[in-house]
Amino acid sequence: MNRINQKLKEDKKLLSIYFTAGYPNINDTVSIIQDLEKNGVDIIEIGLPFSDPLADGPTIQASSTLALKNGMTTEVLFDQLKNIRKSVNIPLIIMGYFNPMFQYGVEAFCKKCQEIGIDGLIIPDLPVDVYHEKYQTIFEKYGLINVFLITPQTSDERIRYIDSISNGFIYMVSSASTTGAKVGFGEEQTQYFERIGNMNLNNPQIVGFGISNNQTFTQATQYAKGAIIGSAFVKHVTNEGANSIDNFVNSILN
Amino acid sequence: MTKNMKNYNVNEKGYYGEFGGAYIPEMLYPNVEELRQNYLKVMAEPEFQKEFDQLLKDYVGRPSPLYFAKHLSEKYNTKIYLKREDLNHTGAHKINNTIGQILMAKRLGKHRIIAETGAGQHGVATATVCALMGLECIVYMGEIDIKRQAPNVARMKMLGATVIPALSGSRTLKDATNEAIRDWINNPVNTHYIIGSAIGPHPYPDMVTKFQSVISEEIKWQLKEHEGRENPDYIVACIGGGSNAAGTYYHYLHEEDVNIIAVEAAGLGIDSGESAATSVLGKAGIIHGCKTLLMQTNDGQITEPYSISAGLDYPGVGPMHAHLCKTGRAEFMAITDDEAMKSGLELCKLEGIIPAIESAHALAIFEQKIFKPDDVVVVSLSGRGDKDLNTYINYFNL
Repeated sequence: MNRINQKLKEDKKLLSIYFTAGYPNINDTVSIIQDLEKNGVDIIEIGLPFSDPLADGPTIQASSTLALKNGMTTEVLFDQLKNIRKSVNIPLIIMGYFNPMFQYGVEAFCKKCQEIGIDGLIIPDLPVDVYHEKYQTIFEKYGLINVFLITPQTSDERIRYIDSISNGFIYMVSSASTTGAKVGFGEEQTQYFERIGNMNLNNPQIVGFGISNNQTFTQATQYAKGAIIGSAFVKHVTNEGANSIDNFVNSILN
Repeated sequence: MTKNMKNYNVNEKGYYGEFGGAYIPEMLYPNVEELRQNYLKVMAEPEFQKEFDQLLKDYVGRPSPLYFAKHLSEKYNTKIYLKREDLNHTGAHKINNTIGQILMAKRLGKHRIIAETGAGQHGVATATVCALMGLECIVYMGEIDIKRQAPNVARMKMLGATVIPALSGSRTLKDATNEAIRDWINNPVNTHYIIGSAIGPHPYPDMVTKFQSVISEEIKWQLKEHEGRENPDYIVACIGGGSNAAGTYYHYLHEEDVNIIAVEAAGLGIDSGESAATSVLGKAGIIHGCKTLLMQTNDGQITEPYSISAGLDYPGVGPMHAHLCKTGRAEFMAITDDEAMKSGLELCKLEGIIPAIESAHALAIFEQKIFKPDDVVVVSLSGRGDKDLNTYINYFNL
């Protein structure tokens, strides 16, 4: 069974952390992953940097720009990760935009992911219908779970459709925004979380966007299986460096 | 359209051959889907058409003349007609699209308008129609372009628009487009994004093409008056994203006897590393929500194009043009900065018309390609050169 599905069965609220590969230094990738696991993170999203990250706010944009400047490429990332399964057991997801994967070759990319032990992908600009029509069989052949996003504006009908195509979890974007744009949740968000919760979807939901500390993590996981932190973690790494991950994770979980 | 001819229009899924589609984050889906479901319906409404046509006539000043360029024709020993989009209100073809899209936005109940701009022409055209309709207007413009194009920034401000600098990436058109898309993600309900070229997720390339297709619709009857036939032998336009080209070609796409020429900016030369000749340097990829030909690294990172003309300085090309290129329906030519500047000045001297540097690229093909004396060649003169005065002054030490 895919590590993501196994993890989702655990009787706990899951903390997922996103970081940009190659940031702040090109060779931080492996140590960041190891430290996140050691400190109790449940799922890691490894950001494959892109020159034009449309869905991201300034924090992740800046980290992506610097990572590319540092020399991060798809090849370099795969090379850094080639022995990752010797030391890391939690689910690993690559999150990135479609063009670098498309250039690498979607099948070659998926094959490489399987060899390394990547469990899933999040590709914000690969629409669900294109995935379903063209790439789903390839992803499944290599045992990869593709994670789709839903937002407060996504219709119930479309959520049901996305649920039917998904086989891991649904990435529940907390509000209509780019990453890192808003912090905290208002009534609108909690109503949306409740609405989705009441739909009894097949796939559990993990909330992303707007989670930055223990309070927002606790709020989000009242309604969902877990929560994802991206920009706040990238900011932490920017300010404190890649060697103080324990402080960050502890501040979220305790 | 004859039976053995390919279809060059968009299909029901939003593709031109392998190009097009809507590669957008889920956050944009409701907006783009709303537009997709409504745009053809709205455009077909008699009231919409009436208002669009009326504004093009009374406000933009259409039809724009089809001018027989006698001296240019003598020099190159062929029959050259110029489609005078430079005479439109705001000085270029851009306004055809912004008029159409502002009417669309109103029909969809949107009251906040966003746009991207490179040199500022589309920004000015958007600010203009927003002033006309009394809608809020926010224009994203790369920080570097804001410095390079101060007069257009001032124009937009005078027209009531807010100009927001794009500070990310290379701080030019590509990044301004990213910022506009991010704005739309953050404002999913009340906002319409007026994309300025035949790019972006479906239905944008098709919608922009249809609004610009007034250009070829007019050429048909105007050429009939001049030459007794609707079809020229060649139809020529410059291509950045490709909106003036899309409009210039539209009614000729399926006319087999009409040769289509697309003129890209070679910048300092195709192999110089400073170029915007996407058809040569690009390969299939995803940019700003569509699959098209795109300048990028082997690793799939989008690269920075270069051209002396800000309007051609885009790393991609509209998906319709990518398809025209791939199928061979259009002949793609590349013109360097120097060749374009020379042809721009030549048009001033021969015909008394100062062209935009974008349009000067289209005129420069006559130095490269020999036409027959009785060939009828229609060139889209997409914009006037007033905005480029500084570039002309610096280039020629005027």
